[in-house]
Amino acid sequence: MGIEQEDLFAPRLVTTEENFAPGHRACIGCGEALAVRHVCKALGKNVIIVTATGCVEIISSLLPQTSWRVAWIHTLFENVGAVVSGIESAYKVRKRKGKVPAAKEVKFVGFGGDGATTDIGIQALSGAMERGHDFLYCCFDNEAYMNTGIQRSSSTPYGAWTTTAPVGKKSIGQMTWKKNMPEIAVAHRIPYVATASPSYPFDLMDKVKRGVETEGPAYIHILSVCPTGWRSTPDITIELGRLAVETGTFPLYEVINGEYRLSVDLPELKPVKEYLKKQGRFKHLTEDIIEQIQARVEEDYMRLREKVK
Amino acid sequence: MKKVVGLEGSFAIAEAVRMANTDVVAAYPITPQTHIVERLSEMVADGELDAEFICVESEHSAMSACVGASAAGARVFTCSAGQGLELMHEVLYIPSSMRLPVVAVAANRALSAPLSVWCDHSDAMAIRDIGWVQMFAENNQQAFDLTVCAYKIAEEVLFPAMVHIDGFFLSHVIEDMELPGDEEVAAFIPEYKHPFTLDPDNPVSMGCYAPPFIYSETKKAQEVAFESTKPKILETWKEFGDLFGRHYLPVEFYRMEGAKIALLTMGSCSETAMLAVDELREEGEDVGLIRLRLWRPFPFKELRDAVKEVGLLVVLDRAVSFGMGGPVCSEVKSALYDQRKKPNIVGFIGGLGGRDISVDEFKYMIREAQKKEKAIEKGEEIEAEMIGIRE
Repeated sequence: MGIEQEDLFAPRLVTTEENFAPGHRACIGCGEALAVRHVCKALGKNVIIVTATGCVEIISSLLPQTSWRVAWIHTLFENVGAVVSGIESAYKVRKRKGKVPAAKEVKFVGFGGDGATTDIGIQALSGAMERGHDFLYCCFDNEAYMNTGIQRSSSTPYGAWTTTAPVGKKSIGQMTWKKNMPEIAVAHRIPYVATASPSYPFDLMDKVKRGVETEGPAYIHILSVCPTGWRSTPDITIELGRLAVETGTFPLYEVINGEYRLSVDLPELKPVKEYLKKQGRFKHLTEDIIEQIQARVEEDYMRLREKVK
Repeated sequence: MKKVVGLEGSFAIAEAVRMANTDVVAAYPITPQTHIVERLSEMVADGELDAEFICVESEHSAMSACVGASAAGARVFTCSAGQGLELMHEVLYIPSSMRLPVVAVAANRALSAPLSVWCDHSDAMAIRDIGWVQMFAENNQQAFDLTVCAYKIAEEVLFPAMVHIDGFFLSHVIEDMELPGDEEVAAFIPEYKHPFTLDPDNPVSMGCYAPPFIYSETKKAQEVAFESTKPKILETWKEFGDLFGRHYLPVEFYRMEGAKIALLTMGSCSETAMLAVDELREEGEDVGLIRLRLWRPFPFKELRDAVKEVGLLVVLDRAVSFGMGGPVCSEVKSALYDQRKKPNIVGFIGGLGGRDISVDEFKYMIREAQKKEKAIEKGEEIEAEMIGIRE
């Protein structure tokens, strides 16, 4: 992967072109903005991006400015799957009718946060995947409604503090387990599904390229560390992203035409505690709850490994 | 080559969509709109219409897909009704704010609860403020004509346009109508070319967000632009009339010569109202009918001119604004409030959830309104009566 010496390799391997312009309004240490930057490098110029309402949209598009050096549209929170369906269909028919040159290369990409993807927008996304539109969808999962102020989503992990799953005498914070959105995408039997992290930028960019080149729907679920919402220091964003992978909390894998492949195969997982203890949102967790989380992570990881042939 | 055919309202609209060479149709089935999407699906399946038909999973996605397709430069169409329009409500504001000429037909239907698939204008009233050009058809010919015109209007003014047809009363009724030739319609609606589209070769950012320092300016710009659509609407209808011989106006009349009493209606019940006017005229009443064709932008001037000589105006609403009466009546009242000389206005509510409004009921409304005039002149408050209620 070359990740250990990224500074030596990166200038040669990665384009210096920034299609997601610097100067946006993301928080310091934002893993999501970093992920978007990498994704946009991998996508190149021949792309139309549809973004859901959320952090990415508000940090990048404050009128009259824009951070987007590619064609970009935002309309609403829950409809990215449908808007991208419309754009893709428009190009398809207009090429067929000769209104757009048939050889013109255009890729269609949807961006959404975890709320826009796993909660309010899951219907539109499911519809678009089921209909088989040719598009890539990237979920930037920071595990809560961060833009509105850290409210829980169905993608918030068990035990995490949020403002709507607060810690109290009768609550440990989030009392439900994180929805497994990549598996929901796999259940649509689309040709390409992957998980990725900006802490593994080459892996992330490779997956984006594979996803966008895939004919038909492709889905990439990108864990995006959020120092503001996770109550972590901005300087450990990359480290937290790696720990999520190394503890097995967020395994990196691909599912290509139904075939599972681990991107990082770990013979031994680090204890989940190492990941949790660096985040203020988990600071209230007792040993027994951490053990529960550890057991769940191991179980999920084993299930995933079983799918890899 | 024009021809006279017997067509269901839904099929007439599908013909208009086909003749307009629509690129993308995104729709979700809902009674009483279903025949439109079924017919369009057949046309696409048979190769009569070269379009992408996106069978979306909800009305919210129908309008969202239309927004995306329109932003990418396609000519798009959708249709819905009742609950479907309500589900897409949030999205309806997007094309008008982003100046995307989406064309839609609403097969007007009542709103739940209780569930009713039948016609009234509750759905139309709920979306009156969305910033779309909106017009009402009375029969299948108008449904076809206005849909054809909606494309031309929308694409010239860069606002979305919606044609309202009464669910079942038009959508499921077969009437004789005149269909123009494909080439005549094609010549009437020029090739669509939006000045800004989503195109990698010329990247633009669409749908940026606006903090308080600029949001008001965007809305002012939208309002000014929307108000200025009217000349284009009139011009399009005139051009249509010159070519096809059927003329449309924002406010249309029936036997208004010398009328001292006027009924005001929208939609298919206008034709029943005409029969009532005929009978009342025979009985010696100076009654006429005013039909609101253009609902948005609201035809203030035309309405004011229409009632200049009218002493009593009777407004029928097919919807209730709870705690407020009839929404059309309240708009008509507000439109006339500034006039020094204005008629007495009496509102009625009827035809809810598909109930027929008979000729006798229209006559009843006139008679009842006449009785209420004295009270109005005394300054008494007159509540909108709901007609035909079994108590």
